[in-house]
Amino acid sequence: MSDVTGTELRIVGFLCNWCSYGGADTAGVGRFQQPTDLRIIRVPCSGRIDPLFVLKSLVNGADGVLVSGCHPRDCHYSEGNFYARRRLEVLKRFLPILGIDERRFEYTWVSASEGQKWKTVVSSFTERIHELGPAPVLNPALIKQAEAIL
Amino acid sequence: MPNLEELKSAIKEHLPDLDMVIGWEQGFDPLRTSPIFMRSEADIDKLIWSPLCVHNLATYLPNLKGKKVGIVVKGCDSRSIVELLQEKLINQDDLTIFSMPCDGVVSIRKIQNAVGDLDYVEAVEANAETVKVTADGKTYNLKFEDIAASKCGRCQYNTPLISNVFIGEPKNEPKEDNYDDVIAFEQKSEEERRAFWMGEMDKCVRCYACRNACPMCVCKDHCVAQSRDPHWLTQEDTVENKWFFQMIHAMHLAGRCTECGECERSCPVGIPLLLLKRKLNKEIDELFDYKAGTLIDATPPLQAFKVEEENINERGW
Ligand code: SF4
Ligand code: SF4
Repeated sequence: MSDVTGTELRIVGFLCNWCSYGGADTAGVGRFQQPTDLRIIRVPCSGRIDPLFVLKSLVNGADGVLVSGCHPRDCHYSEGNFYARRRLEVLKRFLPILGIDERRFEYTWVSASEGQKWKTVVSSFTERIHELGPAPVLNPALIKQAEAIL
Repeated sequence: MPNLEELKSAIKEHLPDLDMVIGWEQGFDPLRTSPIFMRSEADIDKLIWSPLCVHNLATYLPNLKGKKVGIVVKGCDSRSIVELLQEKLINQDDLTIFSMPCDGVVSIRKIQNAVGDLDYVEAVEANAETVKVTADGKTYNLKFEDIAASKCGRCQYNTPLISNVFIGEPKNEPKEDNYDDVIAFEQKSEEERRAFWMGEMDKCVRCYACRNACPMCVCKDHCVAQSRDPHWLTQEDTVENKWFFQMIHAMHLAGRCTECGECERSCPVGIPLLLLKRKLNKEIDELFDYKAGTLIDATPPLQAFKVEEENINERGW
């Protein structure tokens, strides 16, 4: 599945606008050293994250997917992350039967002030994905196609 | 089938108040049955009830919302109705449910595997123990349990959960369902699991029969499989497209699938699609102690939450 070669792997991060995106920003402002494999997609709320976003990323070549939202009870929209928690937990448990390593997907909560926590989350998740290595190729044709365009 | 006549007269009694009653009639050969939409007494005389009545007729109900509809159901079909009622996709006031206790239905695919060729089926005799199939001049005596639909082997709802007219003696033989099939599949290595699905998805012809036969697939022309905006899937016949479609189908049924098995029954190439849905049901039962289609007043678990979730430890990684 992996679309990249070299030292970086491709990790997709879905971050909620109000907490985790802010937390990542705090980490940046604090100049904490972080791995650079993560590509961040900012979403209004973790409740906006359809589990299909994660599955589509994995099918299309992500080596890992990280979702992060506001801590339960701290949602900007009161309850978005409560729904997210159920969906994401079900999704995580669904992956094994598909033949996808469930460790390639993780969800967590980081608040806007938790720059240090964000650094820890990103570092340990990236480390985990590197231990797992590039995701297995789903379909050789897909990779060929991508190579032809590049 | 001694009770069939009783069932027919009950339907005849109710028909004047209804737009139609949905049931099964003999299909194009003695083995195959078809849904019938009964609008006259003559139609009702064609009604049959046997282990060959495999279709889950509840699939038609959401499209008929607003009409006065009668429907003949087996126990498992009644769960689909409960789920449709729960999600307000149909109105209980418009519905008249007829049912009898169920002894199980056959799997045409299993019969085909046992017999070989089912192109010229001459005669079928079916009862609760054996199914005698004469095809191409040869007669095969098949043990019912060998060719029964897999769902019947773990059925806990031989008597429907909901019905307006029930004929016969209630019968429930609660069998165990430990999700052994799911557990056995998950014991394979990750490579084997992935390869299995890649092989199966390679066979898929993207006919969407699995979706169309599913009573809970109600988005119809808004199905993400065909939406251009957002463009979730292309029209290309690639394994990833087909595979991703099945992930969508499964995720959209999470906490809603009643395991009637129509997806895999209708699949022309025999992909075991129910396995994916059963996996989700297993997890949902473990997480939320919930079985779809058993309680009209419940809320599907993915449309609800608890502030403190008992079985989710999301902080521990
Ligand atoms: S699952 Fe139960 S109710 Fe449904 S056909 Fe089989 S035995 Fe009958
Ligand atoms: S019914 Fe079978 S072949 Fe048709 S789309 Fe579904 S999985 Fe594919």
